[in-house]
Formats: sequence, structure tokens, C-alpha cells
Amino acid sequence: MEINRPDYIYPEIELDRHEGEVIEATKAKSRESIPDPDAWLEEELKRNIFLTTLDTAINWSRRSSLWTVICFPACCAFELIAAEGPRFDLSRFGMEILRASPRQADLMITAGTLTWKMAPVVRRVYDQMPEPKWVIAMGACGISGGTFRSSYNVVPGYNKILPVDVYVPGCPPRPEALIHGIRMLQRKIAKAKAVPDLSELPNPLKRGDRK
Amino acid sequence: MTAALAAKNVVAKLVEKFPGAVEEAGRDVLLVKTDSLLEVLTHLKNTPEFDFDYFNFVTAADYYQYFEVVYHLASVKHNHSIFVKTRCYTRDNPSVPSVVSLWQGADFQEREIFDLFGIRFEGHPNLKRIFLWEGFQGYPLRKDFNR
Repeated sequence: MEINRPDYIYPEIELDRHEGEVIEATKAKSRESIPDPDAWLEEELKRNIFLTTLDTAINWSRRSSLWTVICFPACCAFELIAAEGPRFDLSRFGMEILRASPRQADLMITAGTLTWKMAPVVRRVYDQMPEPKWVIAMGACGISGGTFRSSYNVVPGYNKILPVDVYVPGCPPRPEALIHGIRMLQRKIAKAKAVPDLSELPNPLKRGDRK
Repeated sequence: MTAALAAKNVVAKLVEKFPGAVEEAGRDVLLVKTDSLLEVLTHLKNTPEFDFDYFNFVTAADYYQYFEVVYHLASVKHNHSIFVKTRCYTRDNPSVPSVVSLWQGADFQEREIFDLFGIRFEGHPNLKRIFLWEGFQGYPLRKDFNR
């Protein structure tokens, strides 16, 4: 059976040819193998050694790469998107990545009004995030339900269903406010105790501590 | 723009066809008794001179004494439109015939009215809640709804 192919569809052979060209170009550029980084990394970079406490190092890594899970039920999302965009450039603080999967995220920015019908879903997303995790309640609706607080189907604040760390007021908050809120969260994380005090741990060498 | 067909022109023909079905007729509003609503709407859709083949929306309003269900119909061919209304005078178990068999677009809208006003649509193929969750008490868009 003959298929009438419209003109605007690319004939397959051209696609194949294009693919071949790309592969050939890649091959042409990759004649030489890339040497071991040890051979070409500068001496100074290799010798960089940092001395710090474990707490500082862990908290630094935690606060500097907060990955945000997508939770945009309403209009605050646009301010969040603006904050992520080039003008406000959230990535300056190491957190431009939005994750569609809660399993790869450690921060939830609750950008919008939450209805009771949606609440179990948000709670489930939160439960799927690995520890340690933080929540920023963004905007009036996220804090208290906002204008819709007295409605029959609006959750009066995310803190009814989730533990919230930082509240960012505004309707909606400007991107600067959100960035300020995230900086506050970073300061909070920096103060957290990530490792237990070594002197308080049981010492196996001391006779009295053995149990 | 759709030119509104004067309901007075429609009503004369309808009264002759369905005596006692029409309660009131304004310039472009037709108030029909609930019992004969489905017959009237079927007639409006299937008669070539009206040919209301396009179903804009169905909505409802609470006037305390009665609920009013409003249908906005239009005809693509004749370029006219009409509002058809019907009233339910009971608050306990109001019901209206479903028009899903005539216009499939009424399906979700009738479920929405059922969910928020508690008006039953008799003959609807899948009359269940659409926005609120099972177990929600009361009907939020009724005037006497209190949280």
C-alpha cells in the first residue's frame, strides 16, 4: 500500500545522513585520547587542602546545593520562576535546580494556595523527600491561607500539614524576598549541628563507657 | 458576535407545540417548567429552524426561594443564541433532567452543579462529585452554606 507522505515531513534518509555527519565530526575531534587529569591539572589545584570542622563542611555542602522540589499549586510560582530566571538569578546561591522528583530534592518551596483535595498529594511528595529536608512557606496563602483562608476547601497554611522552616510573606513575595528567605534558611542550616559532639559519644577505650 | 434570537419568536412556536411548558419569556430568556425541560431542549436542538447545536454552558443560581438552572445555547448555523432557565422550588432534594444525551459538553458542568449546589441531574450517566472529596458536608455555593 502506498502511503501519501506530506512534503513537510523530513525524508528519513536525510535524518540518517545528518546523524552520520554528527558522528563523523565527533570522531574527527576525538582522535587523541584525553590524558589523565593528574597529568594536566595545575600543581596548585592539586595541593589545595582545606582544614575545617565536620559540621561546617557538612552544613556548607547542604546549604550550598539546595535542590528544590516542584510544588507550584498557584500564582506564587511565577515569582519563583522569575527568581530562577536570569534577572534575579537564584543560581548565584547554588540552587537553581528544580527537581520533578522529590527523591532528588531537599527543599520544598510551597508556591501557592493549597486546597484540601491537593493536601494529601503535597504531604506525599514531602514524605518522599530524603532527609535532611526543609520547607519554605512562600506567600500569604502558604503562610496562613491568605485571602482564601475562610474558604471551605483551602488549607490555612502549609504548616497544618508540613513542618515549615522559613516563612516568606507577600502576595506574592517579590523574588528578592524569596531570595532573602532562602538566605535565611541557609543561615539556619549553617547553624545546625550535623554531627554529634565526639566527647559525648561512648568511648570504647574508656572502661566505664562499655556496655 | 452572535445575534440573540428573540425568545418571543421562539415561544410562540413552543407554546403551540408544548402547551403549558413555558412559564415566562423575556427578550432572550425562556423560563421552562422542569417537567417538560428535556422535551423543549430536544425540540430546540433538533428542529432545523432553531438548530441549537452548540451548548455554551449550564450553570445554577440560588435565589433562596428556588434554584435556577440556566442553559446557554447557540446555533452555529443560524448564528443566534438563547438562555433557557428552569426552577427548582425545593431545597431538600432538587432535581432537573440531565441534558448529557443532547450535548455531551454538559457532562462535567452538571457534575459541578451537583457537587456545589446539590441539584441532582436525572439520567446523568456518571453523576458523582467532581471538585470536592467524598464525605464533604453541605453544598458550598448555596446561600445558606455555613462552614
